[in-house]
Order: sequence, then C-alpha cells, then structure tokens
Amino acid sequence: MTHNLQTLHIKQMSITLAGETLLAMHRDIAPGEVLTVMGPSGSGKSTLLAYLAGFLSPAFQAQGELYLGDKRLDTLPAERRGIGLLFQDPMLFPHLSVAGNLRFGLPHRAKNKRQQVSQALEQVGLAGFETRDPATLSGGQQARVALMRLLLSQPRAVLLDEPFSKLDTALRQEMRTLVFGQLREAGLPTLLVTHDEADANAAGGPIIALG
Amino acid sequence: MVLLPAFGYLPVLGGDTFHLEAWQALWGRAGLHRSVLLSYFSGLITTLVALFIVVLFLAASQGTWIDRAIRRMVSPLLAIPHAAVAFGLAFLIAPSGLLVRWVSPGLTGWERPPDLLIVNDPLGLALMAGLILKEVPFLLLMSLAALPQLRPEQRVTLARSLGYAPGIAWLKCVFPALYPLIRLPVYAVIAYATSVVDMALILGPTLPPTLSVSILTWFNDPDLSRRFMASAGAVLQLGVTLAALLTWWLGEQGIKRLSQLWLASGSRTSGSTAIALGGRALLATVTLMAMSALAGLALFSVAGFWRFPDALPSTFTLDHWQRILPSVATPLMNTLSIGLVATLIAAVLVVATLEHAARHHLPARRAQWLLYLPLIVPQVAFLFGLVVAAESVAIRPQHALVVAVHLLFVVPYLYLSLSEAYRRLDPRWVQVALSLGVPPWRAFWQVRLPLLLAPLLTACAVSLAVSIGQYLPTLLLGGGRVPTITTEAVAMASGGNRRLVAVLALLQALLPFIGFSLALLIPRLVWAKRRQMRGAA
Repeated sequence: MTHNLQTLHIKQMSITLAGETLLAMHRDIAPGEVLTVMGPSGSGKSTLLAYLAGFLSPAFQAQGELYLGDKRLDTLPAERRGIGLLFQDPMLFPHLSVAGNLRFGLPHRAKNKRQQVSQALEQVGLAGFETRDPATLSGGQQARVALMRLLLSQPRAVLLDEPFSKLDTALRQEMRTLVFGQLREAGLPTLLVTHDEADANAAGGPIIALG
Repeated sequence: MVLLPAFGYLPVLGGDTFHLEAWQALWGRAGLHRSVLLSYFSGLITTLVALFIVVLFLAASQGTWIDRAIRRMVSPLLAIPHAAVAFGLAFLIAPSGLLVRWVSPGLTGWERPPDLLIVNDPLGLALMAGLILKEVPFLLLMSLAALPQLRPEQRVTLARSLGYAPGIAWLKCVFPALYPLIRLPVYAVIAYATSVVDMALILGPTLPPTLSVSILTWFNDPDLSRRFMASAGAVLQLGVTLAALLTWWLGEQGIKRLSQLWLASGSRTSGSTAIALGGRALLATVTLMAMSALAGLALFSVAGFWRFPDALPSTFTLDHWQRILPSVATPLMNTLSIGLVATLIAAVLVVATLEHAARHHLPARRAQWLLYLPLIVPQVAFLFGLVVAAESVAIRPQHALVVAVHLLFVVPYLYLSLSEAYRRLDPRWVQVALSLGVPPWRAFWQVRLPLLLAPLLTACAVSLAVSIGQYLPTLLLGGGRVPTITTEAVAMASGGNRRLVAVLALLQALLPFIGFSLALLIPRLVWAKRRQMRGAA
C-alpha cells in the first residue's frame, strides 16, 4: 500500500436545495484521522456523503471546494477522486466470486494480483476463500471482504456510511476495531457518518453534530 | 399522411385536388354503421370484462398455492401471439370443434356437426372471447408489476384489522391506488381491441366485418381508387378508437364519483364470498380455455382420420408437419431475423436511454408518453399513413422497412418491461464500482449489465414475442413480399385446412415460448454458482 499521506480539505462547503441551505461545513481531516458526523435521519448525512463521493443529484446546488492535499477533487468525476466508500451493506457483487470482488477493486495495472488478493484474505482470517460465492459468507465475513476490497483499490480518503449498523452486537465491536485499525494504519483521512454513539467513541476522532 | 388521401389528395394515384368523394363513398357502404358499432363495442366490452376478471382475481387472491398456481399458468399466455390464440379458440368452439365433440353425442345427441355459426358470428362474440383471452394475462401482469410499490399487504392488513373482509379490503384500499398505475395499459387494450385485424380476420364477423378489416380489404383492393376510401376509413377508425377511449374516460369519472359513497359506506363483508369464489373461478376459466385452445391446436396438427363426434382422432400422423415444414422455411427465417434484429436494435436503444437517465439522475419524463403512442393509436390508422409515406418517397417494401416498423411496437414493450428493473437496481452498486476507481463504462459492463441480465433477457423475450405476433405492420410495410409465420397463418385462415393451420399456429406460438424459456434458462446456467443471482431476479 502506498503511503502518500494527504489531508482532506472541505472548504466553505454549503449544499442547498431549492434555495434552502441543508448543510454547511469547513473542515480538514488529517491522515489517519476519523471525523465522525452524527445526526438523526433527514439531517443531510447522505447528502454530505453524496457530495464528497461525487454522486450528488443535480437537484442540489453545492458551493465550496474539496481538496486532497493540493489536488482539487470536487471538479472530478467519482471514479477519479480516489475516495472509497463503505455502506451499511457489504455490497459484494453477487455475480462475482470473493476473489472477483477483490480483483474488481485492484487498480488496472497492479502487479501480482493473485498474490495481493490472497494476502488480503489472509489478513482478515479468510485465507482460501477465493472461489467462494459471496452469498454463502456470513455477515461478518462479507463485511471483512468489503473492507479489503476497499483497501486494495488504494483510496486516498474513505467515507463510512453507518458501516456497522447492520451487524450483530457481538460482531460490531470486532469490526469497529478492525476497520478503524486498518484505516489508521493506512493513514487515510476518514469521514464516518453514524447515529450510534459507540461508533463515534470507537472512532476516537473529533465529532460534529448535524441537524 | 393518412389525412391527405382521405380528402382526395394522393398524387401517385392522380388525386391532386381536395374533395370529399372518399367520404361519400365510405358513408355509402352498406353495413358501415354496423362495422363501426362492432369495433366500438367489442373494444369497450372486452376491456371491461377483462379488467373485471383481473380485479376480481386480485381481490380474491390471498397468496395461497392455488392463487400462485393460477398466476404462474397465466404468464406464458401473454407470450402466445394473438393469431395463435384465435385459431386455437376457433378450433375449440367451432361446431365441429373440441368442445362440441367432447359432449357429443352423449349430451347433445348430435351425430353430425350442428349447423350453427359460432365462429365469425355476426355479433362478434367469438372475437370478443378471443380478445378477452389475450387481454386478461396482459392486464394481470401489468397489475402484478405495479402492485409491489403500493405495499398491498400492509393496506389489506390494516383494513382487515378494522373489520373488513379480505376481498373487500383489497377493493377498497388497494384498487383505487392501483388503477391510476395501470390506466395506460388499459387504454392500450381499448385501442388494440377496437382496431384489431388478425383476430378479427379469424374470429370476427364477415358480413360486414369489423371496421379495421374492411379498411384492410379496401386498401388491398386491386381497384386503386379504393385507397382513398381506405384512407377515409383509417381516419374514421381513429375516431372510433378515440370515441371508445372517451367513453371509457367518462365512465372512469362517473365510477370515481359514485364509488366514493361505497368506499366510505363502511360496509365490510357484503359480497366477499362472491369475490373470493368468482375471482378465482373466472380467471381459472380463462386460463383453462386458453390452455385447451393450445392443446386443441396440438391435437389438430397431428390428427389423422377423425370422425365427427369422436373426442380424439382415430389415427395420428406427422404428415401435416412434413408437408408444411419445407414451405415455411422462408417465413420462419424471416420471422426470426426480423424479430432478432428488431429486438437487438430496441435493446440497444432502450438500455442507452435508461443508462443515460440513470447517470444524469433524470426523472421519468412526460416525453415518455410519446413512446407509448404507437400502443394507443390504432395500428390501421397510422400504418396506412406510413405506407403512403414510404411509397411517396419511393422506399420499396423490404425487410428493413418491416424491422423499422416493428421497432415502433417493440421499443415501448421492451422499455415497459425493463425500465422498472433498471430504476429499482440499487444505485449503490454502481457507486461502489466507481468509488473503487472503475470508469463508468466498466461499471456499466461489469456491474450493471450482469446484475440486470435476467430482466434484460426477459425484456428481450417480450420484445421478440411482440415482433413475432405483428400481423398488420408486417403485411403492410412488407407489401406482402416479406412472409412471416404470422402472415402465412392468417392468410390460411380462410383456406380452411384446419390441420395445416394448426401446424402454423403452433409454430407461431412455439417461437415466443422458446424465447421465454431461454430467458429463464440462461441466467440459471450462467449464475449456477451464484446463489443471490438466482433468487434476486
């Protein structure tokens, strides 16, 4: 994994819908830092994620700028921003094998793809799972594959959309430790959106409240 | 283009002044008003009956195994072309048909076929029966597609907790919300039924025939001046269809007003038994009729010597198949090539449109009404215009022209069958792919298309079935020189050799069936090792 650690700058961002301001933010997220955004549903959390990741519907107007280091991101299409996403569902492609899902994340010109995939699986205790159908994996296993797919794509920043809310209570703490550990180790600036206090505490970073 | 000749303007035929002679000739036709009334009433009555059957079944349906079995039997009926259903029904109910044979001489005492005019009856009852057999599966599937978004179980459960019987609960809480969603298909059914040609040729009255059939006869008359009258007739057909649609719309408004009283009357159980029994019985009857019609086709196609009151032929033979197969090679190839090319073009167009809309977050637009126009405007009315237009710019009838006109009908159906699946696909799939750094075209080919493979193949099978079933567009734009299974089968209708007609009609029904089987089979084979992909579609 390359370690060109850079800070994510959200500059003077404000998102409006039909002239009404939904949310505004001016904030830096340092490498390895997790910024937690908390708020009830309807507070604009998903709009914030859509803006950062590049999926904002044209119904919204966004002002402000988004930088990673000194590279401007908000003018780039989603696939060239280098911002990875984890949803509350693992979203493993059901038509691909476990290895197929991980390879999908690998950059086109990556070397030793097979080796990278098996290493990634070993890292999360799923060695030998390459040919498995994702639908046959348990929820926790799927979540771990999704995390490794994200990391193999070598993102430069990560967005987490309530990634633990659908896991069993027992699994939740384990996955929090794993996800935050891996992200911190990779030194990625991370934005976590959640309504669970425990997520925010485990993230260990600054917390802002929306709505 | 159909308006000008209707008022006497068609330079090719020397008509370069505007006048009303065509209309005078048209009004002068004996039996014209009868033709008009036949078209108008057969359209309205069949739509009403078909909608009634579908609504009653949905109200009665509780998701039990019987209900699911009936539903499953209805869906394949949609794939069977109109002409094949019409032939099957004719063989079933004709005086020497299966039904009479099964009850003779035991119940009727008939040793010879009774001298009754059942098929081609002057009131068009046989035609209406045939139309209903095709309209019920169409309306049922359209309703089933629209229902999930209304969450009918919740509504019914709520109403039942207030003391309403299940059937009444459905009628009062689900149907009023469902109807607006299936209004367009209902209008399409009215338009189709008022102007149908192939079914009317096979089952409809003959003296006089329905308006649409009369128009076709005039159009193909060797006396070219009849074309002016045909054009005037096409305009009149448009008027008849519009009148039927208007009548229906007025009826809708009236029922809306009146039903307010019933909806809020508080009556909770009266009539619920009738709904529960009637809904299932009616739909089961329709399904059984259609199935027996097909079985009858199969029986006639292999029947050898078959004395009248015998329920089954005394000998079976493959002679009819062997006799006809060499001569249908060309029509078969035409049918398949036209269907496949039209489906391919339509699939590319529709997927490109949907992908564009998905990428730019475009909502469903009003312009989509334009797409459905070919389904609402009667075929006879605008196809003649197209023929006249093609002739006036000297485009000769040929395969490409037939494909082009099939596209008019194939594209809307493909769009109808695919757009819901496309829109319902979780946008996060493509978002995940893009956020992993994959360019949009790869996300499309490697994520969106594989996930939509099953609905896409089903939509293509629908489109193929629609193309195979087209009679009038093929006949007119092909100028009679592009024979397909459908045009050949309908052409033989008046010829009277039942066994040969049965072979052709079966072939016609078989092709869409193969298409649908492949659409079901391919995803199962491709995703044999992917559990979620088999259940998800």
